[in-house]
Amino acid sequence: MKPIYFDNNATTMVDPEVVQAMLPFFTEQFGNPSSMHSFGDKVSSALKKARQQIQTLLGAEHDSEIIFTSCGTESDASAIMSALKSQPDRKEIITTVVEHSAILNLCKQLEKEGYKVHYLPVDKKGRLDLKEYEKLLTDQVAIVSIMWANNETGTLFPIQEMADMASDREILFHTDAVQVVGKMPIDLKNSSIDFLSLSGHKLHAPKGVGVLYVRRGVRFRPFLLGGHQERGRRAGTENTASIVALGKAAELALNHLDFENQKVKAMRDRLEKEILSQVPHAFVTGDPENRLPNTLNIAFEYIEGEGLLLLLNKQGIAASSGSACTSGSLEPSHVMRAMQIPFTAAHGTIRFSLSRYNTMEEVERVIQAVPPIVSQLRKLSPYWKDNAPVQNFVPTYA
Amino acid sequence: MWEYSEKVKEHFFSPRNAGVLEEANGIGDVGSISCGDALRLMLKINPETEMIEEAKFQTFGCGSAIASSSALTEMVIGKPVSSALQITNQDIADYLDGLPPEKMHCSVMGREALHAAIANFRGEKWKDDHEEGELICKCFGIDAHLIEETVRANNLTSIEQVTNYTKAGGGCSTCHDGIEEILIKILAEQGKTLEKATSKKKKKLTNLQRMKRIEQVIASVRPQMLMDHGDIELVEIGEKEIFVNMSGACSDCQMVGTTLSGLQQRLIDDLGEFIRVLPASQLNKVMGGRA
Ligand SMILES: Cc1ncc(COP(=O)(O)O)c(C=O)c1O
Repeated sequence: MKPIYFDNNATTMVDPEVVQAMLPFFTEQFGNPSSMHSFGDKVSSALKKARQQIQTLLGAEHDSEIIFTSCGTESDASAIMSALKSQPDRKEIITTVVEHSAILNLCKQLEKEGYKVHYLPVDKKGRLDLKEYEKLLTDQVAIVSIMWANNETGTLFPIQEMADMASDREILFHTDAVQVVGKMPIDLKNSSIDFLSLSGHKLHAPKGVGVLYVRRGVRFRPFLLGGHQERGRRAGTENTASIVALGKAAELALNHLDFENQKVKAMRDRLEKEILSQVPHAFVTGDPENRLPNTLNIAFEYIEGEGLLLLLNKQGIAASSGSACTSGSLEPSHVMRAMQIPFTAAHGTIRFSLSRYNTMEEVERVIQAVPPIVSQLRKLSPYWKDNAPVQNFVPTYA
Repeated sequence: MWEYSEKVKEHFFSPRNAGVLEEANGIGDVGSISCGDALRLMLKINPETEMIEEAKFQTFGCGSAIASSSALTEMVIGKPVSSALQITNQDIADYLDGLPPEKMHCSVMGREALHAAIANFRGEKWKDDHEEGELICKCFGIDAHLIEETVRANNLTSIEQVTNYTKAGGGCSTCHDGIEEILIKILAEQGKTLEKATSKKKKKLTNLQRMKRIEQVIASVRPQMLMDHGDIELVEIGEKEIFVNMSGACSDCQMVGTTLSGLQQRLIDDLGEFIRVLPASQLNKVMGGRA
């Protein structure tokens, strides 16, 4: 049976149309876009087109606001480092406890270098407290960096409002929109967002290409110095084939936005409803009201996620887990911990993330597969007996 | 993806002797829900011959934890208690054609469960109260004795390896100095020295600074509790623990334990020292009872 890929927040398949669009740029059109001859010229126009395709998807005012980078991580780092370098008198950063490690590990390093980082906490549903955020917005803050959607739970933060609040106080605002672009409509020209990061491989373009949007008029300091590519904002000969691919992927994403928010959402909703109705002691993590249309993160209490993934994988179903064991660290995901999900559940969280390539038949197969696997693992669990959790299992060392 | 051996996969997908053994006369419950592993090993031991006649297990944990438990039951069935006690964690790992280094603690847990179950059969209390060894890693409750034993049995030479094998040091990392001391001692016995010293000294907080920080952390969790119609109040700050009063909806909700452990983790992160959060009802027990 064909394997089922429900791990699209990790990465996506490159759309075959995207592959077709990029292929000529390895062979016939291999030129360097900076060269003063026809080889370079053609490629240069192809990059311009890609830039406009991204501009359209993001609703940006100018195509010159789009800078191509090597990945989401580079875009995140470029935004934050630019804000710090361009405002040397401001030594504070505001972010959240649930950011991707691209932001968190950078912030950890910056703390060592003497910056003060404020990490906004989340409540049990993964939501931020805007009053607390407001209190932190002082003239010491160089940049606010808040993810638009969380990669594990799909929870959406009120980015427009938060950007407005920062902008009212003349503080730069960056959003890591890696999980949102291509899944939700975005209209940057009518927002106060100054920087936005996206990554190609999350929207059916190849890995290793990303974008940093920088609003016109925002002071920018390049992260990579060297040649004059990207108008001196990001040195290094352009990854032409991947940039063309990303442009094409952006065009396709725009065409599929309705599909994503209706068909993909309907598949996700059915998966959620059926699993919750068939599996006791399971709950959705994050904020179900404000959530990406493709993401479902379920905590199955009293079992451990890795076992679930291995058994799903055996049936050809790919998903991911916030359990400690799958990450190589010893603790469950920082996102689950931040939401104070009990340990008995945090280790058993599974993320299903869908895309336009999934079908309702696949959803039905997963609905069939999950409940027996959960009960099989619960039968093995000392926290479970006769269809109910046990209270009196208290291992030594707990 | 982990690179599990075929043997590990096979034991995970078709575990042997899984389930409850009703006639068990030796039961060992070990592990920790907070670090993601827990194991109940049930043995039926013939009281005359001290032969292990049957063994079953229940495990909460990853694939390799389940496989290690399954392997352990196969290894002990038909063995006299005396020779079962000789089984090392390395034997369990070898039986499975090896475990990834990060998963060695699964085999350690298996050996612990075996010792706990045999102690239970003999009517002894398994040495779990850390009287033998000083408690080193407070996050995962690992004592010096176990670390020493594991270091010797597996010829470990770094903190990272100790964490892989025992989980010690995998949490707040305040115990890395303690682990390093043990390593230095054992390596010195073998005429070796510890390769890289990773210890970093933290500046100690003054009492007043420490109190302030604790109050701040508690203040930061209050809004959430108020939203849930409960409240929390700081009662006493001790050397290694703090005591709090939970009231309102929080005082009897089933989440008390979770809330306290969440708060504890935040305090550990913030203060960079190990601290236990206990309900005020235990104030006298703990403060008075300490020798
Ligand atoms: C929210 C978020 N930010 C950043 C990244 C990093 O993107 P990239 O892999 O392109 O560096 C990811 C992807 O894993 C992500 O989910």
